[in-house]
Amino acid sequence: MEGVFIQTLVSGLLIGFLYALIAVGLTMIFGMMDIVNFAHGDYLMVAMYFSFWFFALFGMDPLYSLPAVTLILFGLGILTYYLLIKPIINAPMLSQIFVTFGVLIFLRGLATFLWKVDYRMIPQTVLSGNIQLGDVYIGIPQLTAAAGAIICNGLVLWFLKKTRLGMALEAVAEDKEAARLMGINSDRMFALAWGIGIATVGVAGALLTSFYYVFPEVGANFGLIAFVVVALGGFGSVPGAFAAGIIVGLVEVLSGFLIGPQFKFMFVLILYLAVVFIRPQGLLGKK
Amino acid sequence: MKKGLIALIIFLGALVAFPLIFQDPFPRHTLIMIMLYAAMGIGWNIIGGYTGQVSFGNAAFFGVGAYATAIMLVNFGITPWLGMLVGCVFSVALAIIVGYPCFRLQGHYFAIATIAVGEIMLLVFTNWEYAGAAVGIYMPILPESFMNFEFHTSKLPYYYIILVIFVAAIGVCWFFERSRLGYYCRAIKEDPDGARSLGINIQRYKMIAFSISAIITSICGTFYAQYVLYIHPTSTMDLMMSIQLCIICLIGGLGKLYGPVIGAFVFIPLTELTRVYLGSEGQGVDLMIYSMLIIILAIWRPQGLWAIFTKGTAK
Repeated sequence: MEGVFIQTLVSGLLIGFLYALIAVGLTMIFGMMDIVNFAHGDYLMVAMYFSFWFFALFGMDPLYSLPAVTLILFGLGILTYYLLIKPIINAPMLSQIFVTFGVLIFLRGLATFLWKVDYRMIPQTVLSGNIQLGDVYIGIPQLTAAAGAIICNGLVLWFLKKTRLGMALEAVAEDKEAARLMGINSDRMFALAWGIGIATVGVAGALLTSFYYVFPEVGANFGLIAFVVVALGGFGSVPGAFAAGIIVGLVEVLSGFLIGPQFKFMFVLILYLAVVFIRPQGLLGKK
Repeated sequence: MKKGLIALIIFLGALVAFPLIFQDPFPRHTLIMIMLYAAMGIGWNIIGGYTGQVSFGNAAFFGVGAYATAIMLVNFGITPWLGMLVGCVFSVALAIIVGYPCFRLQGHYFAIATIAVGEIMLLVFTNWEYAGAAVGIYMPILPESFMNFEFHTSKLPYYYIILVIFVAAIGVCWFFERSRLGYYCRAIKEDPDGARSLGINIQRYKMIAFSISAIITSICGTFYAQYVLYIHPTSTMDLMMSIQLCIICLIGGLGKLYGPVIGAFVFIPLTELTRVYLGSEGQGVDLMIYSMLIIILAIWRPQGLWAIFTKGTAK
């Protein structure tokens, strides 16, 4: 019993890191420009399909195609910004919601049209296998994904806090007008935020493909979980998203363990409601 | 205004005459679906379009209406008409329970909260054995009668029932638009702080608008349950259904009486036609077309197609 419990905690922790990585791009874009990307989970789906097809067509393992997938998603993020987000940056919130929702529907429709609703999975990857620590088994793909998520989140944080470009990005988030007077092109910074925000989802998708099914709706639950993580961590807070990702991962597995696996997602959603009602600014968010 | 009234009478006359001219099941079915979605769209428009509270959880009311009807009919043999009433009561209760905490949230927070509530409802019904869980509920086949709300030989009675519901929804929305409540709701959408400073109880009017929205949607749920005679969680409460209601309103025009009507007349035939002509090969094509349509509309014409008919000026 105790072994199962520890096993549960470990798997919650591992998936939590990945949730944090998925959420980091969402919180970054929100923090910078006050736009919620409802299609966030569906970019994850796109990344997973790219990973899958790199494997199916060229035999490339998801781990090796990760840089390529990340780069493609980076480009997709920039493209999304210039094509769709720039025109609505000052539009009423209703328009903003509908545009990113439109992207969500479009990506799901496209995936359904191109690849049908089949579930696809890569049967054997270079990471397949387990390691055993006492009674606890840890899947190597999950472990790699968690490690990758920690590294990637660390890189994003380092970029934002320690590099000139990252600081310029934060300056625009802080005060667009003042940043403009300092000679920072806010337009380019927004594009960069979208590029990085979507690229992090690319990394997450590539890591996820090693141990998870790919199907057109795969982004739905991950996208919702990302909202919960962002709300819990505080909209716009990167360290908050990191802490919240782990909490959400643990809540998910614990409610699955204690109450029933079919209800684990429900408790994640209840967590969101509890957070926005009781502490709308989240754990580390600014009000 | 007089012109508008004449147009409305001609439009309704055409709807009344339609099934008498087209007697095949397919055109009748298409028009039934159009009116069903137009009525639900009107329901969504009252909270989303007029009051500006984007709800992605309205399908929950549809589901509550459908399930209340089905459970009462299957387990207690109670007529669906009473089930419709009970569904409305439960839907309003749900609207109040959800609305009370959620309406304090703004913008994105509210929209995501409604998604969360909708998904929780979906999960509850998917795991609730009494309500058929994931399998759903098959309605018992009863003799055809108005009281039983079942008609097997022809779609005609269903057609006229949904026509009445549809016209009633238009009527409710017409009164809402002109009532004090309607003005308050638009004020809440345009400038919540200003509305509050004028002494409008924002919470209260949002709740009333949400309850009206819930009632209309719930009645549509009852109709759907009796029309299809089989319901399950994903056919009645899916997030995609809530999204479709928003799409319908956005296409036609947010906060416009005939917005959802136009939206449904564009949306439903396209869905049905892609299904018929492209079959399973074309799965997803309709979604791609709408999504492009709503992105273009949201960027260039947030007033929707209605504005094109009425030469509406850009905001």
